[in-house]
Amino acid sequence: MSEPKEAPNEDRRQFIKGASCAIGCAIGLVPMLAAVRVVLDPIGRERVGGGSFTLLANLDELQPGKPVMVPVVAEKRDKWSISESVIGAVWLIREKLDTDPANQEGSPDDANPAGDSRSPDEPAMKALPHVTAFSSVCPHLGCFVDFRENENDFYCPCHNSKFELTGKRMNDTPPRHMDELEIDTDKLRDTGEVWVKYERFKTNTSDKLPG
Amino acid sequence: MKNLIDWLDNRTGIRDLVKEGLYENIPGGSRWRYVWGSTLMFTLAVQFITGIALWLAYSPSTQTAWESVYYIQYQMTGGWFLRGLHHWTAQIMTVLLVLHLMQVVIDGAYKAPREVNFWFGVILLQLVLGLSLTGYLLPWDQKGYWATSVATDIMGSTPLIGEWLKQVVIGGHQYGHHTITRFFALHAGVLPASIIALTVGHIYLFRRHGVKAKDPYRAKDEHFWPGQVLKDAVACLAVLAVVLFFVIREHGAHLGSPADPASAYQARPDWYFLSLFQLLKYVPQFVGAFIIPGGVMILVLLMPLIGKWELGHRFNIGLLVAVLSGAGALTWVSIDQDNNDPKYKSDMAKADADAALIKKLAEDGIPPEGALALLRAQGESGPKLFAKHCASCHAYGGNDGLGNKLTDEQSAPDLKGFASREHLTELFDPEKFTSAKFFGNTKHEGGKMANFIDDEFSDLDDATKEDLGKVIMALSAEAQLPTQAQADTRDAKLIIEGRELMGSEGFSCTDCHTFRRSGKPKAPDLTGYGSREWMMGILHDPGHDRFYGGKNDRMPAFGKDGKLTQEQIETIANWLRGE
Repeated sequence: MSEPKEAPNEDRRQFIKGASCAIGCAIGLVPMLAAVRVVLDPIGRERVGGGSFTLLANLDELQPGKPVMVPVVAEKRDKWSISESVIGAVWLIREKLDTDPANQEGSPDDANPAGDSRSPDEPAMKALPHVTAFSSVCPHLGCFVDFRENENDFYCPCHNSKFELTGKRMNDTPPRHMDELEIDTDKLRDTGEVWVKYERFKTNTSDKLPG
Repeated sequence: MKNLIDWLDNRTGIRDLVKEGLYENIPGGSRWRYVWGSTLMFTLAVQFITGIALWLAYSPSTQTAWESVYYIQYQMTGGWFLRGLHHWTAQIMTVLLVLHLMQVVIDGAYKAPREVNFWFGVILLQLVLGLSLTGYLLPWDQKGYWATSVATDIMGSTPLIGEWLKQVVIGGHQYGHHTITRFFALHAGVLPASIIALTVGHIYLFRRHGVKAKDPYRAKDEHFWPGQVLKDAVACLAVLAVVLFFVIREHGAHLGSPADPASAYQARPDWYFLSLFQLLKYVPQFVGAFIIPGGVMILVLLMPLIGKWELGHRFNIGLLVAVLSGAGALTWVSIDQDNNDPKYKSDMAKADADAALIKKLAEDGIPPEGALALLRAQGESGPKLFAKHCASCHAYGGNDGLGNKLTDEQSAPDLKGFASREHLTELFDPEKFTSAKFFGNTKHEGGKMANFIDDEFSDLDDATKEDLGKVIMALSAEAQLPTQAQADTRDAKLIIEGRELMGSEGFSCTDCHTFRRSGKPKAPDLTGYGSREWMMGILHDPGHDRFYGGKNDRMPAFGKDGKLTQEQIETIANWLRGE
């Protein structure tokens, strides 16, 4: 067996080296890129599900001034599947009506800082009792916000976010107030049914953004 | 840069490692015949990469396996390509395994001191075939399910331990949840880990003894790098090109209908086991499943010992050629037989139709019970019931409701759009009424209604045409078709006029038909004509006095005579009404 000699043509050797590397890269890239493409599939996918109104309660089931936690069961699409599932929870509060005439026309802002679907010049005492719906998702980092009877507030046990029953934040931990959800006021007025549009929002932002 | 490498080399000894790897000596120079081992390494790497990416989306349970694979193949961006790469690379690996084995045997590279390495290779061959077998089941489609069922039944017939072996492998007495979880653990965990361990050993032993050069003096010796590396790379590129050809041509990989133990699906293994499948048609099961394959495997394992003598080496090559030719011939016969078998072809066509249907249904989401449940629920759909029970006489838009041609000549009215204004307009056309589309092939062809239409509705003047239009609106409104709801509301006034006309001199429908509170019961009741209740009634018993009575031609009483359930009748009625 002879010893390997120096390649007579250095250029040829360089070409062989270069070609080996190039082909090696090419054949390696094909499966790698195929894998990466699929790994990145979830990014930019259209958000599916939620966003439609669900019947959560009847007005006469709600005691004025007492928050009630209602699970939201709706059609859920998860990749290939479709099912009726629990997709989240909502706090419903029926407004306690103030019977003192002197307090009838209050500024809507201090009653509902989180947002009011009524126009500002509607007096507080109309035939329709006002219902507010809050998402149970803490706007800080997404834990479940609970109701404390003794303190009469909404409280998140993860990082001590506190909210008044109007949804207004009581400390600086959460970046914004509790997220209010849209109620179908026409249905409420006509039938007494509370239909809520369940949505999710980004956590840890001062603006309420779809998330 | 050099300083950096010096530092790294001082800490790790990397230079020697690279030299060891790249500067292996190849006596007689690099050759194309040595590439097969490297192509196997390459395809193994492709399978690892694509396999892990698929693992991120695959869900191994009987309700989610097919569903998650469907999602990968048809919904994930680039999913079809990834899956295709994984499937076709697996296919080509079986070919590369055979080529590698052939080169090793022909060039005598199994002889001393390379016997142990050869045995490592034989075990690796089994492990890769094991990967193919376990992988084939994972989509949980008809093909994979039935093919693997047969294989595990053969496994179960192993003497002494067969019964327990089968239960351990499939996780119970029948295929179910634990079959998928066990097969997946084997496919993604146990077998790949074993293959890595044995491959490390295989390469170590190979490098220990060096290449067994076919002809050490044919050319100058060469190092592995770059000469052999280039040949290996080109070979891998060619392998990839073949794989990509199939991936793109087939747009990924095949996915059949969800596994259905209650279906008459003809089980077939994947192509590389077809020879064994065919063999079992000629020899007893024990011979074809154990004696012959087992015997061949034992002879292969003994090759290093048999090959000590020149005659033994020739025998080894001869055995390989004989086995491969035999297997090739059996495979060809098997494929040819299936291609010329009308029942096999029609069964496969039906399976393909089911697969296409479930994939379409899956676009709207698959319920938690899984795709099979979704597919089976279709069995009782309006179109299927119509095709089965009505299309022997009636037509639907010219076909049997499922889009297929009618097998028998149409002998009852076409029911597409029944009770709609369009349908009634055609019905009242003298030429159409007596055509095959309506009553032309029934005994009503020469009846009173046919004569009435011919007398009264031929060559109409404009005023009468307008009146007829109102009558049609009124009659059609009785059905309360959901598709016509808006038009019926809009034309409420004309409908009232139409109702009056029906009882009037010109039309005199009520001379023979009952309609609302008037008329004579000599012909089918027109009250609620085409409504769900009316449709279910006529399906229940067309010979009832309310409908055709004694004048009923040949239509069976589907409800009264128990030919269809109430639910089936309602499904047909709803479907015909466009609900």
